[in-house]
Amino acid sequence: MKVAARSAGEIAMAVRSRSATATQVVSLTLDRIEAVNPAINAFVDIFKARAMSAAEDVDARIAKGENLPLAGVPVALKDNMCLGPDLHAPGDTRGYGGRTTCASRILENYRSPFTATAAQRLIEAGAVIVGKTNLDEFAMGSSTEWSIFGPTRNPWDTERVAGGSSGGSAAAVAAGLVPLALGSDTGGSIRQPASHCGVVGVKPTYGRVSRYGLAAFASSLDQIGPMGATVADAALALEVLCGHDPLDSTSAPRAVPAWSAELGRPVEALRLGVPKQARGAGVQPEVTAALDRAVEALRGAGGKFVEVDLPLTDEGIAAYYIIAPAEASSNLARFDGVRYGRRAALGPGEGLFELYCKSRGEGFGDEVRRRIMLGTHVLSAGYHDAYYTTAQKVRRRVLDDFSRAFAACDVIVMPAAPGPAFGIGEKLNDPLAMYLEDVFTVGVNLAGLPGVTVPAGFVSEAGRDLPVGVQIIAPAFEEGVMLRAAAMLERALALPRRNPVIS
Amino acid sequence: MPGHEFSDEYIRKLAKLSRLTVTDAQSAELRTSLSTIVTYVERLRRLDLDGVEPLANVGELTNRLDDDQPGPTLPPEALRGIAPEMHDQFLKVPKVLGDGGGA
Repeated sequence: MKVAARSAGEIAMAVRSRSATATQVVSLTLDRIEAVNPAINAFVDIFKARAMSAAEDVDARIAKGENLPLAGVPVALKDNMCLGPDLHAPGDTRGYGGRTTCASRILENYRSPFTATAAQRLIEAGAVIVGKTNLDEFAMGSSTEWSIFGPTRNPWDTERVAGGSSGGSAAAVAAGLVPLALGSDTGGSIRQPASHCGVVGVKPTYGRVSRYGLAAFASSLDQIGPMGATVADAALALEVLCGHDPLDSTSAPRAVPAWSAELGRPVEALRLGVPKQARGAGVQPEVTAALDRAVEALRGAGGKFVEVDLPLTDEGIAAYYIIAPAEASSNLARFDGVRYGRRAALGPGEGLFELYCKSRGEGFGDEVRRRIMLGTHVLSAGYHDAYYTTAQKVRRRVLDDFSRAFAACDVIVMPAAPGPAFGIGEKLNDPLAMYLEDVFTVGVNLAGLPGVTVPAGFVSEAGRDLPVGVQIIAPAFEEGVMLRAAAMLERALALPRRNPVIS
Repeated sequence: MPGHEFSDEYIRKLAKLSRLTVTDAQSAELRTSLSTIVTYVERLRRLDLDGVEPLANVGELTNRLDDDQPGPTLPPEALRGIAPEMHDQFLKVPKVLGDGGGA
């Protein structure tokens, strides 16, 4: 069985029907990761023995007659999600364990004693976690370059970034190393790398997926979601991930429909809202062309074009880069060198204050330091109202603008990023240019909506074919309509399956 | 929203409030980058936001009480195992009172 070409759905079916074993699938997957990962640096840790023993467990569960929706499916986890040693039963020393680094020096050797709910649900569904993927430190970045492990490289052109911050997960799926991976999305960190790598990436409605065990970045925006090669695979994973979790107080007590069973059913008379701002200044013409092709394809499938207005698209970025750093400066205060994580050595006469400052100063990288200090600035006495309250008012207006748009359309279609993947190093010394990568994605987080990136073909740049995606956005908790529209787009475009040639 | 000058002195103040050591080179870079970013976000000043209610969170959040039942907790040895420095069953920290508290 050639694993690289298999979807999660096909693998699960093969393992359930015993035409393949989880052990076979995972063994082939690990071989392929070993061979390909050095060229793209998607994985920061690869689980060999642990994944094989987990695969044996899955085979044993299948033999006992358990019905596992993700039986034997190899999955990669962004390394800001915790995996503890206690996955099987309390006191059982098997399981994954390993470190959860957030690509940060401050957590370089941190081994979580507990497991993220999202990971736990995948494991219970029969998936096998084969490793942890690279990210921008604490998920702060749009290129997966701000990592102590070095940049992840785009499988379609290894001189370019994979996008970020879930760049490792996007690249792992794009390179065919795993059919599914988890990312987290605070301002676009699933959808933008999905666009740059040519995969499907879902950011669910705020509250849909438990964040228990996800290292918090900006708690009013963070959301975990799946990335896969197809809409069907992403929908399959989403069904497993969603659902109320008492361990996360923001987790929504909502029923989880069987989305994947509905994907073949088109949305009747689908009203496609395309914002005027999707063609704004700064959007590369290739991206606009890809958007036009997607809209045309959906119209051909029975959709109706409606122009909508999201007038605060640019201002959304400004509001986001106040709110997210403000929340980050508070969330990251927990890294103090006392209870876990890196502790700096102290000189004579130095006390607790120096312990905090030195542990954090040595432990955090440049972008995280910048955001903590920006957050401290916008929350400080005398500036709080001028920045933070103003940004929260803009956030209300962004939400209202989306609500108004959704009165006229079922889904909004727009780019996921203003251009295709850019070169490694190109924006690293220009934080604002990096932030503007998120212009089409942050509004969805500010408004708490679900969004999905769907591959929309390739553009040619400097002799290389680079993937470009489009984003489909739906009202809160309307993942069903969003995924059906995404499946319609996937069918209508009927892009031939292409695998990157990794050099 | 006042325009803001990120002087070296102000960067040091922010670093102290943020509990971060900052080198001279980092301070110089932060003066430039923070100033660029803050200038960009000040575009929000142009908007008329009178009467708009600030939005802190979009979730369907309500106060929720857990059942008053003891649940599983992490074993103390698991937490001791990840601490940088222990003294018996206590986390060891430098002197807090007197001169140790700093700020």
